[in-house]
Amino acid sequence: MGLWNTVLPYLLSGISVGGQYALIAVGYTMVYGILRLINFAHGDVFMVAGLMMVYFAAAMPLYAAIPLMIALTVLLGFTIERVAYKPLRTAPRMSVMISAIGVSYLLQNLALYITGGLNKNYPEIPWISDKITVFGATTTRVTVITPFLTVALVFALVFLINHTKIGMAMRAVSKDFETAELMGIRINSVISVTFVIGTFLAAVGSLLFFSNYPGIVPTSGAMPGLKAFVAAVFGGIGSIPGAVVGAFIIGISESIIKGLDTILITQGLIAEQVDFSTFSDAVTFVLLIVILVFKPTGLFGEKTTDKV
Amino acid sequence: MIDRKAQTRKNLISLAAVLVFLALVLVLDQTIKPTSKAYMLLTVLQKGSVYALAAVSMNLLNGFTGLFSLGHAGFMLIGAYTYAIFTIPSDARDTVYQYFDAAVRVSFPETLGGALGGFGTALGVLLAVLLAGAVAALFAYLIGLPVLRLKSDYLAIATLGFAEIIRAIFQWKKLGPITNGSNLLKNFARCSTFKLKLGETTVSLSTFVPVLIATLCIALIVLLVNSTYGRAFQAIRDDEVAAEAMGINLARHKMLSFCTSCFFAGVSGATMAMVLSIAQANNFKSAMTYEILLMVVLGGIGSISGSVIGALLFISASEWWLRGLDSGTFLGITAPTVFRNGFRLVVFSVIIMVVVLFFRKGIMGDRELPEALRKKTKRGEVSGNE
Repeated sequence: MGLWNTVLPYLLSGISVGGQYALIAVGYTMVYGILRLINFAHGDVFMVAGLMMVYFAAAMPLYAAIPLMIALTVLLGFTIERVAYKPLRTAPRMSVMISAIGVSYLLQNLALYITGGLNKNYPEIPWISDKITVFGATTTRVTVITPFLTVALVFALVFLINHTKIGMAMRAVSKDFETAELMGIRINSVISVTFVIGTFLAAVGSLLFFSNYPGIVPTSGAMPGLKAFVAAVFGGIGSIPGAVVGAFIIGISESIIKGLDTILITQGLIAEQVDFSTFSDAVTFVLLIVILVFKPTGLFGEKTTDKV
Repeated sequence: MIDRKAQTRKNLISLAAVLVFLALVLVLDQTIKPTSKAYMLLTVLQKGSVYALAAVSMNLLNGFTGLFSLGHAGFMLIGAYTYAIFTIPSDARDTVYQYFDAAVRVSFPETLGGALGGFGTALGVLLAVLLAGAVAALFAYLIGLPVLRLKSDYLAIATLGFAEIIRAIFQWKKLGPITNGSNLLKNFARCSTFKLKLGETTVSLSTFVPVLIATLCIALIVLLVNSTYGRAFQAIRDDEVAAEAMGINLARHKMLSFCTSCFFAGVSGATMAMVLSIAQANNFKSAMTYEILLMVVLGGIGSISGSVIGALLFISASEWWLRGLDSGTFLGITAPTVFRNGFRLVVFSVIIMVVVLFFRKGIMGDRELPEALRKKTKRGEVSGNE
């Protein structure tokens, strides 16, 4: 087998996972751009979206379950912002970050209570879970449509930010909180819209992400959440195209590392398993540290200077 | 002059209080039997002292130096593994490393115990604990070189990332001969076996040892915080630029604080291995760091006694007081459908959220216990005079 044929399946799944991370990463980067807050609870919202889908799909047909899941996830994101972050608007940034960690802890424990810690099987969604063949590699349809859907959604979002009134308000708030307020922008509604958009994308992302995985446990959201955040930092936090590019890079590297043993063995470069797949999560953080050391503001980030 | 005398007296009172506490723990250790219900108290003391030390060491970094690091679980993992690897007795080593050919075949307690008897065994355990801290500090130094230049959130996420990388490395099959891969380490020197033989009588030390280790380390951290280094750390926290202008070497002090904090995190990891009698990389996830951070917040960021109280409350509540919420009956109310597995943690996280949102300063704020007590009595006197 040629190199291309061995690498292709990993590359495909990497692009797909990258697209799913991108949908979560956009939520992180938008919130960080406006509130300067690492929303640690975002990954857990993503997990809750997955769990809701499990319960709704068991109770009602899919065409009702999917919109309901998305609507409730958005409501959850909105509520979290209003209850846990809004009262701390004037507090030091560290307090807000701790509050986010608290929300994440609460959501995980709540999920643990409701599911009893059992692995919940994600419902099979007919069309997108079908097996198809691309360039000779067998995969599910969701793997192929994810990147396209992601890019389409992100284009819509960029349009929203650059060409609508609310988008302009968002840009103003992220540039300068206080001045924007003085200009008559309603800060709280702008922040709420940001959370609504972020959680909407996370809900769509969870639909795509969990379709490819056997099940959900309460901690399922933590790792994808962290990786998506890393993707946002990698691309330059606050920049939406940056988050998307970062997410694809991270998704692909993770997937390649997972298959590196197989790839190297079929190429005859190594004789036995080196067990690179142990590092599939760690590679994300290696990339993060490399970029932070050499270009602390990320690939597309703006340079900021400290004023005394 | 009078001030200095008053200070000495205060220090003596604190020292006496700590000694009384240690003596009390030693007595409790003898009187409470593992079968009795009150044994929960000892479990809480054991685990509580592990987490108290972890919380205080995190507070040194987050609360006193203003470096928001989230890598604690990783350094505790290093400590736990180092301790475990160097205290597994040689006859147990092959059963523990059943899938690998163990590379490290030294057991400090055994080697020193063979040469010096019972005292040597204790010395071996102590040496392994110190080594655990030292290895964690070494890793902290290497990690600190690139990441300590980063600011607030970036530092948090980079240290969190390093903890994850460390966890992956320790589970790597190629390092199996040292770390036993993803399998757990066991059969090493653990608390439940610590005993002191005085002629005929045997004194159990299973709770005393972890409490003693935590107390000594926390005392060292208190001394550090009150030294000139501690003042420099706090100056860095309050204003980096001003601190640098006053002649404080930022890089050096940040590194010192980071390595010290990680040293004690390593020691607390070693103590944790001692208490739980197993060490497994998978237990040291970022969730553990979050829990320690929540303890620090609960007690008050910037207060050492606050962190200790926070950790003890956190452990008592989650391990002991709220246990009924999981098993059907709580405060006399029986409702098995609501009070089932996991409800305890839900209630607990709601309490934490309330503290985070409405009592932002935590229990102690940035005050220490003696100060807080004194203020209270003073206020009492004033109101009494009126």
